[in-house]
This record gives sequence, C-alpha cells and structure tokens, in this order.
Amino acid sequence: MRSDDVEDVEIRLLLEGVQRIYGYDFRDYADASIKRRLNHWLAESGFDTFSQAQSQLLRERSVFESLLRGITVNVTEMFRDPTFFRAVREQVVPFLKTYPFVKIWHAGCATGEEAYSMAILLNEEGMAGRYRMYATDINEAVLQKAGEGVMPIAEMQRFTRNYQKSGGRASFADYYTARYDRAMLSPALKQHIVFAPHNLATDGEFGEMNLVLCRNVMIYFKPALKERCLRLFDSSLLPGGFLCLGLKESLERRKMGERYEELAAPLRIYRKRYG
Amino acid sequence: MVKSFQAVVVGVSTGGVHALQKLLGGLPAAFPLPILIVQHIGADADGGLAKLLDERCALRVKEADEQDPILPGTAYLAPPNYHLLVEREGFLSLSADPYVSFARPSVDVLFESAAAVFGPGLIGVVLTGANFDGSQGLKTIKKKGGVAIVQDPADAEAPQMPRAAIAATGVDYVVALDGIATLLQKLAARRNTIPHDEKGRDD
Repeated sequence: MRSDDVEDVEIRLLLEGVQRIYGYDFRDYADASIKRRLNHWLAESGFDTFSQAQSQLLRERSVFESLLRGITVNVTEMFRDPTFFRAVREQVVPFLKTYPFVKIWHAGCATGEEAYSMAILLNEEGMAGRYRMYATDINEAVLQKAGEGVMPIAEMQRFTRNYQKSGGRASFADYYTARYDRAMLSPALKQHIVFAPHNLATDGEFGEMNLVLCRNVMIYFKPALKERCLRLFDSSLLPGGFLCLGLKESLERRKMGERYEELAAPLRIYRKRYG
Repeated sequence: MVKSFQAVVVGVSTGGVHALQKLLGGLPAAFPLPILIVQHIGADADGGLAKLLDERCALRVKEADEQDPILPGTAYLAPPNYHLLVEREGFLSLSADPYVSFARPSVDVLFESAAAVFGPGLIGVVLTGANFDGSQGLKTIKKKGGVAIVQDPADAEAPQMPRAAIAATGVDYVVALDGIATLLQKLAARRNTIPHDEKGRDD
C-alpha cells in the first residue's frame, strides 16, 4: 500500500471521528482541498501523522478548535471581483429598491469582508435602514472576528482599488479609521448585519430572502453537498430573488438551474423565476 | 514495468503565452491524455488566453470550470485567481485558498494534487518562468513515481523556474521547448503497449 493511501484512510477515519464527537461533518468536502488544508494543519500541529493526532483531537476540544480553524477559514477581500459588485449595484439594487424592506443571506461570510462591502454598497444606494443581512459561517471564531470589523491596514490599498473599480461613490477612507497597523471599519456599517453561526452541511434554510450570496464556498464541497446547499438557497429565496455565486460557480449543471435566469452572464448572478 | 500515463500537468510563468502556443500547437487533436496547465496570470485576466490557444491549436483548450470532467485531447487552463486541483473521482476542482509559492493559481498546488491522484501515471512539465513555483510539485510527482520533464534553461525565456525544478529533484528529461510535444506523444503512446491485465495497477 502506498503511503498516500494510508493517509487517505487516516483522513477518512479522522473526519468520521470529528463528525461523531463534535457534530461537524466534513466528509462531503472535496478531497483535494481539504487534504491540502489538513496537511497544512498537521505540519503546524507538531503531530507526525493523522493517526497520531487523532487521539488528542477526539479528546481535547482545543485541538479540535485549531483543526476547525485550519480547515474552514476561507480567505476573502473587500469588493472581491469588483465587476461583480458593480453588477450588483447597477443591475440588482434597482430591483431590491422596489421592496420596502429586503432580507439578505450571506452564507459563508468568513471574516466579513464581503458582508461589509455589500453594506457599503447598499448604504450608498440609499438602502440604509431598509435591509437586514444575515451573515453566517460555520466557524464561530471567524464570526467573532467578522463582528469586530478590524482589518490589517496593509490590505486597505487593495480594498480601495477594488472599491473604486466596483463603482463606489465615496472615498473608501471614509469607511475606516486607521490605528497603528489596523483599520477599524465604521461601526455604522454593522448596524444592519447580524453575524450568526450556520453549517451548510447540517443546518436548515433562512426564510424569505431577497438575495442570497454564497461565493467561493461551495467550490470546496463534493457534488452532493453542493446540491444540498443549492436546495437550501432555493428554498430560502423568494420568487424574483437573487442568487450570487462565485465567478467560477455555475448553475449550468444543476438540477435547479432551470428555475433561474442568469442576470449578468459571466458574473454568476441568477434570478429566481416567478412560479 | 511499462507504465501507462493518465495525464500531463504543465507549469509555466514568464514567457508562457509563447511557450504554450508552441507546446500545445505541436500536439494533435487526438492526443490521448488530458493536459492540466497552470500559467501564472493576473487576478483580473479574462479567459482570453484559453480562447486564443483554442483557436490556434488542434487540441481543445478551455479555462477550467469547477467540476469539469478530465477528458483526453483537452487542455485545461487554471482560471485567474483560483488554484486548480484534481479530484479522485476524475474531475477538476478549484480553490480560493491563499497564495502558494507566491502564486494563485500555483503550479505546486496543481502538481501535488495531480500526483496524489495519478501517481506514476502522471507526466509533469515545467517550462519557462522567473520564479521557483513548480519545483516542490515536480519533486512530489517524482516521489510518487511520475515522469518529470523540464524545459532546458538555456532555451527558456526565463530560466529560473526550470533551474529551480532541476535543482529540486532528479528530472527525467531536460529538453528544448521544440522537442517537448514530440516527447509527450512518445510517452503517451506507451499506454498502447500495456498488457490488458496490468492496466490500472500502479506499483
């Protein structure tokens, strides 16, 4: 047996154990990426093999927490894919404005960069006070970070560039206060965001949403789990609601694809048909 | 034992547009293996390179989409701003994880994930580039019994990436760009010589 095969068995056992002890189910995560992330965690953990890590992992919650951080932290940035945010501003917001109040679910929000970006965008478009955004993630540690709204100042240059390209109407510097090496986002941006834990593999839907965003999260899932997520989003969305996916995610090969029309073709913005 | 190859992975950076035109242009439409490619590219690029190569080469060339099945006679380019990986079930996946070897897409990520799936059935090719991405990946390919081809640094527009690869592991072939398409066809033809009952066994 090749050492690789042994490792595959170890990983399967480990994920099985994690599911049974802690209730987090990673068995339907795509192998290639989770293997990379697990190996990265293993290299930092001080254990030689997954078998060796397993004993402590299943007995000590702190070891599990570090694994959880290692395999669930998605990296993101403010106004990631500026052309996408420009299309939301120009093509989605006009529809949202026709409602007195809209509800938004941002699934897999990680450290909150995109949720804050959306809040900036909606506020600039005159929707402050007319929306609530539920920003969820499986990882409570990143949610806490998201709630703080503090980012490395070194990132601000890139975020500013993204913001400008996305059609931002103000000066990006108005949205944060710089302190030493960190940038604190304006507390006003948090006003309409609720950060909450949610596990796409096991938890249920959010009712009556006008907009669901889930970008670059499902790329880490196996096909069956992707289908589950899409069903979840579909049952959360009102007719005429919008579904925004990552730039390389498409409904093309999906069962529910026919119930959606593509609004902005290469940008993966879909609109749920009526009836 | 004579090995049967299942896939080719290619890593290229500076000078890549020219090098890929030459390499892919030298392969027939019926080339029997899939080709997975990481060309370092800016985050804002728009998929134009895949289109250009598709027009100019007999092979089918496309930008990889998540869950694309891995088909022979097709070259898949990693999309800008995503790592390209191989899943055991025979399809491609993408990741937005942090940069590896200062790059996303990273050659190392593709090579390592392909090596884990294809083992000795993998041919890794490192072409021109002004960094060292791909050398760790090529080392992994060799460790799993695959074949390593590196463009002759003297022939490369930017010799650093080939040089780093040669320094990292024992490579099987150091060849000028001109000769790589022919070499790949020769290696790919080996699969026909495999006795039926040995197919699918790798060691």
